[in-house]
Amino acid sequence: MTTLESRVDIPEIPQQATTYTMAQALTAALRDAMAADERVLMFGEDVGALGGVFRVTDGLTRTFGENRCFDTPLAEAGIVGMAVGMAMNGFRPVVEMQFDAFAYPALEQIISHVAKMRNRTRGRVGLPMVIRVPYAGGIGGVEHHCDSSEAYFAHTAGLTVVSPATPADAYSLLRESIEYPDPVIFLEPKRLYWNKAELQLPLRTEPLGRAVIRRPGTDVTLIAYGPTVPHALDAAAAAEQEGRSVEVIDLRSLVPFDDATVTASVRRTGRAVVVAEAAGFASVASEVVARVTEQCFHSLEAPVRRVTGFDIPYPPPKSEHHHLPSVDRILDVVEELQW
Amino acid sequence: MVLHAPETGHSTLLPSAEPVQLIDEHGAVTPHADYDLPSEAELLAAYRALVLGRRFDRQATTMVKQGRLAVYPSSNGQEASQVGAVLATRNDDWLFPTYRDCVALVTRGVDPVGVLTLLRGDWHSGYDPYEQHVAPQCTPLATQSLHGVGLAHAARLKGEDTVALVFIGDGATSEGDFHEALNFAAVFKAPVVFFVQNNGFAISVPLDKQSVAPSLAHKAIGYGIPGKRVDGNDVAAVISVVSAAVERARAGEGPTLIEAHTYRIDAHTNADDATRYRDAHDVEAWRGKDPVSRIDAYLRGTGALTEELAAGYAAEAEAVAEDLRRRLGADPVTDPRELFHHVYADRERLADQARLLDEELALEEGAGQ
Repeated sequence: MTTLESRVDIPEIPQQATTYTMAQALTAALRDAMAADERVLMFGEDVGALGGVFRVTDGLTRTFGENRCFDTPLAEAGIVGMAVGMAMNGFRPVVEMQFDAFAYPALEQIISHVAKMRNRTRGRVGLPMVIRVPYAGGIGGVEHHCDSSEAYFAHTAGLTVVSPATPADAYSLLRESIEYPDPVIFLEPKRLYWNKAELQLPLRTEPLGRAVIRRPGTDVTLIAYGPTVPHALDAAAAAEQEGRSVEVIDLRSLVPFDDATVTASVRRTGRAVVVAEAAGFASVASEVVARVTEQCFHSLEAPVRRVTGFDIPYPPPKSEHHHLPSVDRILDVVEELQW
Repeated sequence: MVLHAPETGHSTLLPSAEPVQLIDEHGAVTPHADYDLPSEAELLAAYRALVLGRRFDRQATTMVKQGRLAVYPSSNGQEASQVGAVLATRNDDWLFPTYRDCVALVTRGVDPVGVLTLLRGDWHSGYDPYEQHVAPQCTPLATQSLHGVGLAHAARLKGEDTVALVFIGDGATSEGDFHEALNFAAVFKAPVVFFVQNNGFAISVPLDKQSVAPSLAHKAIGYGIPGKRVDGNDVAAVISVVSAAVERARAGEGPTLIEAHTYRIDAHTNADDATRYRDAHDVEAWRGKDPVSRIDAYLRGTGALTEELAAGYAAEAEAVAEDLRRRLGADPVTDPRELFHHVYADRERLADQARLLDEELALEEGAGQ
């Protein structure tokens, strides 16, 4: 590939530990990826001068120029379809869908082309691209801004679907997604964008595809991902007061799914509850329950349960707290596990 | 109907009132103020490609009737559009074809068996897109036009002068992705030529139920790009009009939308019954505008096409047909294990399901012995 005109001096990332929000960690990941590989491009709606509505692309156009981080016309199928063509021609595009529900116009491109190109072409054309989707609720957003859309993507063969729950994972999983040979749907939990951590960058956490135990325990396993991981941890802390030792697993990657970590935990504890924001019917949570039941049946002391959003359209902001899985709701279900 | 330009400076975007034609249906030259007749060598090459393309199309049509292909959307009647558009490109320019553009692919040099792999059903796409610079034939309508825009924009960023030629049909101009592609190409000034073969029907739905625009080429104006209309059964005109658009794109002046007026002589596919929605008289009228016979008449008139040359091209076409019969006549050897090979770069991700199929296959093989 010929050198791009926009190549400029990239300021060094500070090596000492610094406080990053998840949004800032994502920005740092994009910046470091673009500095490391000139094939990496970032584009979408409002990602240029504005830096994205959540400021995740802040400063990228200023640093790398308009050829490498640019605004597009407002059309999501156009953004994703264009990324397909650019990936076919040697680039590694990262695109931003401004909000979860605004990615729906791009679903045909994602399902019929992004997910299938390698397979359609018998392995001849891979699409190394990342579709970043700020998703889920809890931020008081009005309708169409708070959907948990992960099941649509997770159901589609050919896609890799990840969702970080910590600033460190946000950085590491995004870097790894950009380096990945296949398309990745990168789901960013909006309500965690402002969560902070001390990070020394660049860093790498556990590899993509691996779930991690965020809190060890012996009595029951809470399985969460993305926006519900903090709730699961809070519930575990509260349960400890009541004398229950609760293990919390952060899936990190929905596809591929880390059966080994999840089943090893549930076989040890004998009880499991899946905690997710999305409506429960035909959901990722359903899939987790099915897998755990199939693989851990003889170790189970109680049915595997779910705490999920209701099977309703995402509520208006004043009512969303009734819909979202809460610590109390998690604790109530834990209590029902046939102790 | 002729639209008036909204303001001066945009008048050049307007398509012509009539499609550009350089050779009429009888083989007579119809000079045009803006477009020159291609050279005799170019027209002879086009004639050869038309003869090959038609023979390929007839052979595929025959083989679908024999059950050797799962389905075949015929290019019969549209050969000049497909051949002319491809001959207007360089071999390193990219094509973004649909399922009906088999003749275009054969003209570019894709192995005819590779072209028909999708339609025979042994895999989805049967050729390496990077070898001939041809994207996989696209079945979802108009979606590939955005891929063309992305690939072309990427080429510009790399400092290459590659052009993307996007094929779509009249029905696909109703799809959102077509409009998004025109707009993106215009905004990024991407080197793309959008080539619409208006063959009159989207399966059974006629054009007047698809659009009431003065012409499909007029759809370009709203995006600030030029629209052109060409007689899609006149290979000379197609070469000239598409060449001008390709060179304009290559020079960095942006995209063009071209509407080629043609006709689908056969039904949508072998599974369709065209007598339910169109009049046989209309089909007959279009047979009179046949794309091969007019260039045949013209080149024989100038003396360029001798009996000897014509016989040579016909023999070449017959050899292609014979090769197709031989290679497509054999039952395809497919390995079901391959179903798991290309879903992800990392095959381990589906290893458990692949093992399940392996076990079933081993049992079947054991039972068969």
